[in-house]
Amino acid sequence: MTATTPPRIAPVRARRSGVGRVLIAVYAVLALAALGRSGFQLATKFNEAPFAYVLSAVAAVVYVVATISLIAPGRAWARVAWVTISFELAGVLIVGFLSVFVPSLFQHHTVWSIYGIDYVFLPLVMPILGLLWLRRTRAERITASENAQ
Amino acid sequence: MIEWLTLLQILVAVIGGAIAVLLGLIGRRPNDLTMAFTGVVALLLIVQLGVAIASPLMGNEPSGSLLEFYIYLISAIIVPFAAGFWALVDRSRWSTVILGVACLAVAVMLYRMSQIWFIQSV
Repeated sequence: MTATTPPRIAPVRARRSGVGRVLIAVYAVLALAALGRSGFQLATKFNEAPFAYVLSAVAAVVYVVATISLIAPGRAWARVAWVTISFELAGVLIVGFLSVFVPSLFQHHTVWSIYGIDYVFLPLVMPILGLLWLRRTRAERITASENAQ
Repeated sequence: MIEWLTLLQILVAVIGGAIAVLLGLIGRRPNDLTMAFTGVVALLLIVQLGVAIASPLMGNEPSGSLLEFYIYLISAIIVPFAAGFWALVDRSRWSTVILGVACLAVAVMLYRMSQIWFIQSV
């Protein structure tokens, strides 16, 4: 009996499969929360702290793009996901650090102040989980294409 | 906003959210229990909307910004409905987790709304 079994091909996982859906749902909520709050800040008290509130708005827009890039298929969107989620991680680390150690710079709260404390630290946790998920889906894709050859 | 009602709703959202996250992680698909919790959370948010409209007319004024309060409330109402539709379309265990995440997010938003209403500018 020498029946050869075909090599097991790992299923190619889309970014929106399995636990990735939970990631997308949390991102969507975060995008909604950040958009709502920064919209309110820009509309009512822009003059108090233009820099902080524009930063919040930029962060909110990036969350929206990141959410879309996790849902949309294809390599181009994967690249968008990498860029936006890395940007978020850099933002929360830099602004978080500055708001803790140079609080005078950030008198007014942004999404990223104190590592996202206003959003139960989701702005710090989500990009890390997001990058791990992107790495995993990419690794599986590479394995799958190697197996297919 | 009514204090005990808000507290009750936060409790329901936290308990329902925790149950759904746990059930989802052990592999359960969305079922009557998790859908019911999400439904009750959504229903209570509609009640909150009614209370928010009626309260200022009866002398129960928010201490903070009413506009900010409504942005949170409208956003919060979208969340359980979106998660519920998702769970009806995608019958996987992850939809159960998403129902839980939605309930927990509503709990946080309710907490923020209570801060705006009761203590923001006191």
